[in-house]
Amino acid sequence: MPAPDPGPEPDPEPDRDPFPGLPVDPDVTREADVGPPRIHGAVVGVVALGGALGSTARWAVAEALPHASGRLPWATLLTNVVGCALIGVLMVLVVERWPGRRLVRPFLGTGILGGFTTFSTYVVDTRTLVATGHAAVATAYLLGTLVAGLLAVVVGLRLTERLVRRPTGRTAP
Amino acid sequence: MTLLLVLLGGAVGASARYLTDVTVQRRHGTDVPWGTWTVNVLGSFVLGVVAESGPHWVLILVGTGFCGALTTFSTFGYETVRLREQGRSGLAAANVAGSLAVGLLAAVLGWWLGTAL
Repeated sequence: MPAPDPGPEPDPEPDRDPFPGLPVDPDVTREADVGPPRIHGAVVGVVALGGALGSTARWAVAEALPHASGRLPWATLLTNVVGCALIGVLMVLVVERWPGRRLVRPFLGTGILGGFTTFSTYVVDTRTLVATGHAAVATAYLLGTLVAGLLAVVVGLRLTERLVRRPTGRTAP
Repeated sequence: MTLLLVLLGGAVGASARYLTDVTVQRRHGTDVPWGTWTVNVLGSFVLGVVAESGPHWVLILVGTGFCGALTTFSTFGYETVRLREQGRSGLAAANVAGSLAVGLLAAVLGWWLGTAL
C-alpha cells in the first residue's frame, strides 16, 4: 500500500507537549459535543453498547479473579491499568489513523474502556480495606493503581505513537 | 440473569456518563476535567450506598453495571497524563488529589447513608 512519506521529522523538544494533536478530554470534544446543545442519538447509542460490553468484560475479570477480604483487589487493579494502556493506544490511533470516523472514539473510548475501567469500585474497595483494618493494603492499592495506571497511559501513548509515526520506506533494505 | 443486569446497568451508566460529561463541559471554557470528576464522585457515592447494604441484584445492576460504567479510571488517567504533558503539572496533581480525596469522601458518605437507611 503506498503511503505518503511525511519525511524525516525532528525529534520533539523535551519540554514541549509530545502529542500536540491529542485533546485533554477523550470523551467530549468542543467541536462535536459542546456548543449548540444537541445530543447525537448515534453517539449515545454506541456509547451505551460499548458500556454494556466493557462492563461485562470487567465483571468477567472480577468473577475470574476474586479477592479475599483484606487482600489486594487484583481484578480491579488489572482492569484499570489495562484500560489506561488501551486508552493511550486508542487516542493516538483515533487522531493519527481514524480522524474522520465519528463513532470510533465514543464506542471504543467512552463506551468500552469507560465501561471496562471503574473509579467507583477503586475508591469503595479502598474505603472497605481501611474500614476493616487493612490500611497498609489500602494505601498500596490506592497508590499502586494510580502510579501503574498513569504509567500505562504514557506507555500506551508512546509505543503507539512510535509505531504509527514510523516512516514506511525508511526500514526497507 | 446476572449478565443481563450487568449489560443493562453498563449501557445506562455509560450513556449517563457521556451526557453528564457533555452537560458539565458545556458550562465552562477550560480544559479542567470537571465532567469526569463529577461522574467519578457521583458514582463513588452511589456505589458506597449500595456496596454493603442492598440486595445482591441491586449491587450487580447499580454497582457493577451502572456505577462501574458511569465512573471511569481510563479517562481520569488519560486526562491527568495529557495535562502533565501540556506542562500543566499543578492542574494534573490537583486532578489526582481532588478526584481521590473527594471520591473517597463520597464513598464514605455513601456507605454511611447506606448503613443508616
